[in-house]
Amino acid sequence: MSYIAKPSAHHPALPRNALGLTRRDYEGSMSTLCAGCGHDSITAAIIEACYEMDLPAHRIAKISGIGCSSKAPTYFLSRSHGFNSVHGRMPSVTTGANMANRDLVYIGVSGDGDTASIGLGQFCHAVRRKLNMTYIVMNNGCYGLTKGQFSATNDKNSPSKKGEANPFDAIDLCQMAIQLGAGFVARSFSGDKRQLLPLIQAAISYKGFAFIDVISPCVTFNNHPASTKSYEYVRMHNMASENKLDYVEPKEEITTDYDEGTSTSVELHDGSHLMLFKVGEGHDPRDSDAAIHTIRTNAAKGTIVTGLLYVNENQQDLHDVLGTDERPLNGIAMSELCPGSKALEAINARLR
Amino acid sequence: MSGINDFVIKFATVNGSGSASANTMVAKTLFRMGIPVSPKNIFPSNIQGLPTWYEVRVSEAGYVARRDGIDFMVAMNPQTYAEDLAEVVPGGWLLYDSSMPRIWPRDDITLLPIPIAQICAKQWTDARQRQLFKNMVYVGALVELLSMDMEALKGVISDQLKGKEKLMAANLQAVELGRTYAREHFSCPLSIHARPAEGAKGKIMVTGNDAGGLAAVYGGATVCAWYPITPSTSLPEAYEKYARRLRVTKEGKRLFSIVQAEDELAAIGVAIGGGWNGARSFTATSGPGISLMSEFLGLAYFAEVPVVLFNIQRGGPSTGMPTRTGQPDIISCAYASHGDTKHVLLFPSNPTEVFSMGAEAFDLAELLQTPIMVMSDLDIGMNDWMTDPFTWDDSTEQSRGKVLSAEQLEAFKTVKGKPWGRYLDIDGDAIPYRTLPGTHPSMGSFFTRGTSHDEYARYTEDGRIHQRVIDRIRRKFDTAATVVPKPEIDIRDKGCKTAIIYFGATRPAALEALDELERAGVRINAMRLKAFPFSEDVKAFCDAHDHIFVLEQNRDAQMRSLLITEADIPATKLIPMLSYDGMPTTAAFVRKAVLAHLHPEKAAAAE
Repeated sequence: MSYIAKPSAHHPALPRNALGLTRRDYEGSMSTLCAGCGHDSITAAIIEACYEMDLPAHRIAKISGIGCSSKAPTYFLSRSHGFNSVHGRMPSVTTGANMANRDLVYIGVSGDGDTASIGLGQFCHAVRRKLNMTYIVMNNGCYGLTKGQFSATNDKNSPSKKGEANPFDAIDLCQMAIQLGAGFVARSFSGDKRQLLPLIQAAISYKGFAFIDVISPCVTFNNHPASTKSYEYVRMHNMASENKLDYVEPKEEITTDYDEGTSTSVELHDGSHLMLFKVGEGHDPRDSDAAIHTIRTNAAKGTIVTGLLYVNENQQDLHDVLGTDERPLNGIAMSELCPGSKALEAINARLR
Repeated sequence: MSGINDFVIKFATVNGSGSASANTMVAKTLFRMGIPVSPKNIFPSNIQGLPTWYEVRVSEAGYVARRDGIDFMVAMNPQTYAEDLAEVVPGGWLLYDSSMPRIWPRDDITLLPIPIAQICAKQWTDARQRQLFKNMVYVGALVELLSMDMEALKGVISDQLKGKEKLMAANLQAVELGRTYAREHFSCPLSIHARPAEGAKGKIMVTGNDAGGLAAVYGGATVCAWYPITPSTSLPEAYEKYARRLRVTKEGKRLFSIVQAEDELAAIGVAIGGGWNGARSFTATSGPGISLMSEFLGLAYFAEVPVVLFNIQRGGPSTGMPTRTGQPDIISCAYASHGDTKHVLLFPSNPTEVFSMGAEAFDLAELLQTPIMVMSDLDIGMNDWMTDPFTWDDSTEQSRGKVLSAEQLEAFKTVKGKPWGRYLDIDGDAIPYRTLPGTHPSMGSFFTRGTSHDEYARYTEDGRIHQRVIDRIRRKFDTAATVVPKPEIDIRDKGCKTAIIYFGATRPAALEALDELERAGVRINAMRLKAFPFSEDVKAFCDAHDHIFVLEQNRDAQMRSLLITEADIPATKLIPMLSYDGMPTTAAFVRKAVLAHLHPEKAAAAE
């Protein structure tokens, strides 16, 4: 980890996006995670995604729980408000924040301990509520901050650094998310920025609950060759469900010719598209049963399927369900919210 | 003592038999006759089958505390015949269903046998109707026995049957059957009975939870998350009921959001997320929920996030007595969460105050940027109270506290002479300025965290900074003491050195006891606490008295502990007066406890 404060000056010739901002404007403070931590690569991908999408950083809220992963939001988007809440409770805080203001982009960052153990219940219910958010799990299969205990996503028999085999079955968060009704479910790898970047962009564009489980090796406690969450293992066993993903922004035209039958275009709510280029037989990402089947059959062989696993292009979000006003509730004047004395007289009359 | 417009009637029935609505009709009818009433629903943690009771105290003098000594028992539950019989005062009455012969081993009361089941069996063939109308038959008998106004009763029945008008005729028929039987078999009315009065005129009858839901609507809450738990459930339900009526745009869009969370942890998490993001936000719960919410309350305290929590207290510890009342969460709420935490508590004493203090809680939460807990209880929350109507001053502007707009952020340094920092005390009141997500493209963003932070919200492990920040948050509590509701002080005798401190639902009992004591020649002073932290007046009052009873509904004299620890009141002058059997405290309890201490001889004579 580094102790140096980031210099705020930057080269005047840095490229700028449509908002006139550089990548540097989307960064956060210096990471205090271990050198080589997968989480820092995910951080870089989030920065890149927001920069490329020309998102105004102050219209993004980043919310996390507790753990190495949950520290990460400090390291990106310093112009966004962030909320490092309590362990496993990022989903509920994000739910309340989203209810208060439906107009912001919500990026929730969590870890495998934060989501698959202490926060499993909150994760499930945020999915059920179809919260409009991007939920990223930085999944390293262990508790880094408390020195490497197994987490619930560590594969059975995958050993600890000391060589002790994990006796328990792993929880597969993508399978759970699909079963619970998440509208956008993807898995990726922190070492594969080419795949991760378009997935993050598409997840942000998606209106509804978008979940990305990113395998993100813990270089200090879970990166030994026998671990199924190590860089080496994931590189050897990563079976991308597409050989290429392209995120096409709403303003762009889809110009490339795609071969019939090998590509799928997923339309997102803001008019952007995610182009998927299949490898082998793959599966139809609109078919949730097929998605679960692909994950399970590959897992049985020891391979990890990555890419967009499932998408439902017509999901309603929590505000659709609740029937709330289009305006953010936190911006409505008290005068409009308070019914006043006359209405109260009528209520009193009914209670007499 | 009992007589016209001064008696207690109790209904002993079976839960789920439809008796609750019939009993409410009796209370409401008396209320509409202008007579002060106070109904208490004593119900089991059960949906069907267990015993349940409903007491109605009638008091022309306007005393609405619960009173022991049942003058009239409507004994409709064979499971509890023995205890119900024992509760009737000598000279009292007991009405029962005499369809099955039964011997009542007491000769000092008057029995009022009515073959209710037989009457119903003759009239109706449907089993459900036979059961439901039994209740209306005894209501009819009471019309005659207690001289209740039939027109008032008709109005109450019609209100209750809104949307089910075709049932009106059958209900009235059942009432008539009861009336006829009573007229033909008993000398009506009894010596205790009702007559039109003035004391209830202008008042309303409402539960505290209904008032709390309404308070959240008037207080501007737009985010609510909750988890079902007795006795708080009906508060968020009332919020939704009123909001659906009062907070929907012409286009049918809602200006509120409510989520039934997966547990109390999530409920408070959602409320805090909403408060962080600038919405007025709340949850409601009871004791076990407070335990679960404690971690989050510590976060909101330390990260200074406004949020409102209604705690409808019930008997503890653990699951305790979910359907009985108490004030056992004073300390767990005042200091909820680990580390050095302190929270602002408000103590409403009736539904009218749940409304006013509940709405005020939202102002205070944003003003002080901290959780505010409204400490109601099952008695206030779930029982109907005869209380003053709700009032609202349209001219009061509800302050959103120190929240900076984009323009204010840009001008901050010029105006305040210092750059903005989320946790900087600029004004000397220990309340910093906050910003909301989405306000400004390049200014005012910060990272909210429960880890230690400096004045600019940056992570720190520097102990000196940590101490500085938590000291400033403690000073904010001094500011809180100046803005929370002031105590209600009642000086009955300027020279008197004896006093009583009370708060919340015990107010009617305390006031009645003070009157009774005064009539018996014992005058003592009183102070009703309305909030924690304690204002200067609390200390001054205690300083002016040598013997102070502290009336509270818990075993461990928790408010007394707070007075000792937080207001530096010498323990020796604070005399615990504790009632914690789960029932609303009676004036007799207070009076006896005062007398036993001050005048043991008078207390003995009174026994």
